[in-house]
Amino acid sequence: MPALMESVAIADWFREAANWVFLLIALPTVFGAWRTVSSNNIVRAVLYLVVALAGTAAMFLILGAAFIGLTVVLVYIGAVIILFLIGIMITRAPLGVEAKLSHGREARLSAALLSFILFAVIMWAVADAFGMSKIQPFEPTATADIANLLFDRFLIPFEVVSLVLLAALIGGIVLARRDDIGRDEPGGEG
Amino acid sequence: MTIIQFILVGSALFALGIYGVITRRNAVLVLASVELMLAGVNVNLVAFNVYLQDPILSGQIFVLFIIGLAAAEVAIGIAIILMIFRNRQSADVADLNLMKG
Repeated sequence: MPALMESVAIADWFREAANWVFLLIALPTVFGAWRTVSSNNIVRAVLYLVVALAGTAAMFLILGAAFIGLTVVLVYIGAVIILFLIGIMITRAPLGVEAKLSHGREARLSAALLSFILFAVIMWAVADAFGMSKIQPFEPTATADIANLLFDRFLIPFEVVSLVLLAALIGGIVLARRDDIGRDEPGGEG
Repeated sequence: MTIIQFILVGSALFALGIYGVITRRNAVLVLASVELMLAGVNVNLVAFNVYLQDPILSGQIFVLFIIGLAAAEVAIGIAIILMIFRNRQSADVADLNLMKG
């Protein structure tokens, strides 16, 4: 696909309005992700995760993948965050700012080194292979196309994922159920 | 728009997620960091899907599968954390040292 491989100069990059929109989305996304892993307040950390995930959803929108973006909003921001908050409340996590939520300084330093090396290697490999190659401009993906592919070519993976989801929900109920319910009455088990 | 700006954000999310998985002590926050890593992978997949103009949209459909599996993973993860909390009165991963010799 040689037509896709044309690249952009850095000065031209800043001239494109879509890139300013991208920056407006990308900076809060990365900031939210950073606060998610560094905040000392557990509820705030989870709420900053909302910022990061909403940023990725907006990024899917400017890439033209509207259905994926809306699915992220529904599933992650709507459901998964609620699960996290419920998990925090049930485990009675320490809510104060002084709570010990992270490991000590040397663990943080080595983790920062490790993740920075990983980041640098990924960026080096991608920059080496693709440089500043252009993405074709905004061209929304039709949801009907995704649906047709999902129920045709990807039907078996789709069914497997739905089975996994069902098994996970049943497993979640079984794991989280209190064992002492119905222990006194005969036949109450199960 | 270029491909590398999206990969930059995606790999930044992934690296921050790894940082969180290693440094966080609270098990719920470890799960949240895993979600961050998955979000980074999703950005990467959708960006390359658009870049390659894939006719069968495999990147976007793969992202849908990842979202479904992530929901399952969080449900199971929270249930396991809940069980650990019931048995040991703590959701701190540093306290789970039963296998330490």
